[in-house]
Amino acid sequence: MLERSVIRKLREIVGNEHVTQEKQDLVCYSYDATQMEFLPDAVVFPADALQVSAILHLANSERIPVFPRGAGSGFSGGSLPKGGGIVLVTTRMNRILRIDTDNLIAVVEPGVVTGDLQDAVERLGLFYPPDPASLRFSTIGGNVAECAGGPRAVKYGVTKDFVLGLEVVLPIGDIITTGGGIYKGVVGYDLTKLMCGSEGTLGIITRVTLRLLPLPETRRTMLAIFDSIDGAAGAVAGIIRGRIIPTTLEFLDHSALKCVEGEFSLGIPASARAVLLIELDGERELVDRQAARIDALVSPFGLIEFRAAADAAEAEELWMARRLVSPALRKVNPDKINEDIVVPRNRVPDIIRRIDEIRERYGVPIINFGHAGDGNIHVNIMIDRARTGESEKAEEAVREIFRAVLELGGTMSGEHGVGLSKQPYVTMELTREQLGAMTAIKRALDPNNILNPGKIFPTE
Amino acid sequence: MKPFQIVMEPLARIEQELKKCVKCGACRAHCPVFSVMGREPVSARGKIALARAALAGSIGLDSRTRSDMSKCLLCGRCVEKCANDVPTDLIVLAAREAVARKRGLTSFHKVVGLLLRNRGLMGKGALLASLLKPLLFRRVPAASGLRLRFPLPFVGGKRSVPALAAKPFLDRHPEIINGMPGRPRILFFVGCMTNFIYPEIGEAAVAVLKSLGCSLIIPEDQQCCGFPALSGGDTTTFLQLAEKNLAALERHRPDHVMTACASCGGAFHRMYPRLLAGRRPDLAERYRAFSDRFVDAAVLLEQLGFAPGGVRDRRNGRVAYHDPCHLRSRSITREPRALIAASPAVEFVEMKGADSCCGLGGTFNLYHYATSMEINAAKISAIRDAGVDTVATGCPGCMLQLADGLHRSGERVRVRHTLEILASTLNAR
Repeated sequence: MLERSVIRKLREIVGNEHVTQEKQDLVCYSYDATQMEFLPDAVVFPADALQVSAILHLANSERIPVFPRGAGSGFSGGSLPKGGGIVLVTTRMNRILRIDTDNLIAVVEPGVVTGDLQDAVERLGLFYPPDPASLRFSTIGGNVAECAGGPRAVKYGVTKDFVLGLEVVLPIGDIITTGGGIYKGVVGYDLTKLMCGSEGTLGIITRVTLRLLPLPETRRTMLAIFDSIDGAAGAVAGIIRGRIIPTTLEFLDHSALKCVEGEFSLGIPASARAVLLIELDGERELVDRQAARIDALVSPFGLIEFRAAADAAEAEELWMARRLVSPALRKVNPDKINEDIVVPRNRVPDIIRRIDEIRERYGVPIINFGHAGDGNIHVNIMIDRARTGESEKAEEAVREIFRAVLELGGTMSGEHGVGLSKQPYVTMELTREQLGAMTAIKRALDPNNILNPGKIFPTE
Repeated sequence: MKPFQIVMEPLARIEQELKKCVKCGACRAHCPVFSVMGREPVSARGKIALARAALAGSIGLDSRTRSDMSKCLLCGRCVEKCANDVPTDLIVLAAREAVARKRGLTSFHKVVGLLLRNRGLMGKGALLASLLKPLLFRRVPAASGLRLRFPLPFVGGKRSVPALAAKPFLDRHPEIINGMPGRPRILFFVGCMTNFIYPEIGEAAVAVLKSLGCSLIIPEDQQCCGFPALSGGDTTTFLQLAEKNLAALERHRPDHVMTACASCGGAFHRMYPRLLAGRRPDLAERYRAFSDRFVDAAVLLEQLGFAPGGVRDRRNGRVAYHDPCHLRSRSITREPRALIAASPAVEFVEMKGADSCCGLGGTFNLYHYATSMEINAAKISAIRDAGVDTVATGCPGCMLQLADGLHRSGERVRVRHTLEILASTLNAR
């Protein structure tokens, strides 16, 4: 419970209509895409960095937890107010401040929806590549705080690779800038990179300076169907050895194909065990040349069929199988545990086989698809929580999958973050020394542990 | 105080649908109201969370919940885009019904229910029109094409609406107009907006169907489709109207039941089967006998091979088409465009965001007029950018909203129903 005086001060900072304690609002800011729920005590909607600073200053002196939140579309519970406190929503700060076509830079506020930024820069012939599946509704602030990825990461990298600078409000209320509108800079520690993927535990981002690229002239989409996962993995290696880096290299394994084909009948041959969706972008002549070579590069790997889209409509058809996975999953079972493991590119077949074993052993449906190009696989464990023992079984299966991932030199999360949902497993991956270094940073910046407390680190 | 179970029954009925929402947040990208208001309780995900919380008893069905649930256009966009097929429109209707059970209907919806249930007022309507007209309307400049202004307490005196028709459509024609033998018998479900405000849509429907040699049935005992009552949580009135409408259909056994109002069509296609099934299985059974005969005017005309006539109505000029939500959500987008584009002296252009909501949302615009017009503003600027003389659409509700927005921004663009454009190509009979 917050004291009346605190609420009064919050009202003074942001204005009456931007603080709420009404139950309906508390309910609506209690959840994210994990479906976990924790009611906050209040929700505030600051308009700028000064207001954010005043809120954190107040919270720090009163020792009140603050939980930054963008669109609330995260998959790890990073924005959830576990234990109660103030949810600080960034969506009022939603202006695109500047798109600099000379320096190829965009300066935006954290509440800008990523897809809206992409539309705005593309109108000027520029390009912001990171494309998390949530890009039409998630915010840049959330993308930076979680270091969101996406299919185009193969060629272009993830959110942090595009962040040149930030304005951040520290937990004690200080406003700092890191980096800026320049491409180089080595004076002092790289706090920009530290903030990227810090899951809202080290500061609240109030301004983001992003690097842009010229918009590629054209895009070409191809679909390759293979008779084995090794074939698909061999094809990925073959393409890259052939010195082509596609924009995206998405794959569906046999479990995902079965799931989609059973539901939607897309005419994928029954002998198919893996599908690769390959996309190229760039100048037309280069893309034409590369597309022709890709056909040749993948054919030795047990290729059943190769389809190339002639236009945007056909490209959309090829994407269909990939897009239909999520809707098809729901028909398997109502509840989804959605992991986003990463293994080295050439170990994808190994992890798929390990997951096949785990699926057999635990008797739970596990469906795999994702980004073959960077080894980032979405592992979906489909359960019905209403059935007794199913949640526990799934948790054990998850633990086994993570064990396999780590043995193969991977990580348990490529895009979603630790938050609350991977917290129980985090010591499997991080050593005591690594955790010690991280908590030392956390303590130094947030001495009273008021900013997004109870996330990432194992609870004693 | 009503027992909790009775009040919550509408939500309890759809508990399984409530559970289907996994809170991914994708609906935030598609809700026209959220795009303006920007707060989570406005999003589909938020409303579903509130409906769940109400059912669990953790929030009350208080005025705040009523207000949250009123912030929905029932446009169906979130439903179309939802990967899990969560029927948020039906969830919002159920929540509104639960609020109405707890707190009573709003005074506006009490009046709506009274008018709609009362055959004497609604069936012919002349009495209603003559009573209300001097009370509620005053003149605005005739040049705007919106002849009267409507300063009701619910409306705040800002909205421009057209005059009520001097003679409602249903008073103008015999119940049966015989066509050529062997041609389809078409029952025309007129709808309140056409009957009282835009009878010219009805006249256009009569003209085009006559030109095809069809027999027309215009039952004089047809009622409101019930959507306005339903949207205020007044399911009782909705069910009464549904029963009377089904009786009118049964009396005539037509080959097709044609609607020229997207929302009436939406009610028959989506609301009747879903609402009747749980509450009135007898009516659901009777509805099933007709379920595949309900058809939108543009779809029917294309099926019947309507070809525009040779009259070149130069007033149509450059024409863009606005997709009513309750046609778009049924994938009826191609047929009206094809018919309009084939009309002589029409230069058809596609406008930007043709399929985005106009912002009316039935009673939504009465409670949230400013938001409604903010949603509408994007539509008006798209119409302006398209540089058209006429904007056509398939819903008299959208027509009202588009005309109001165009009037407010001083645009001289005619708003016409698809049927009016088609009828204008026929030789006068």
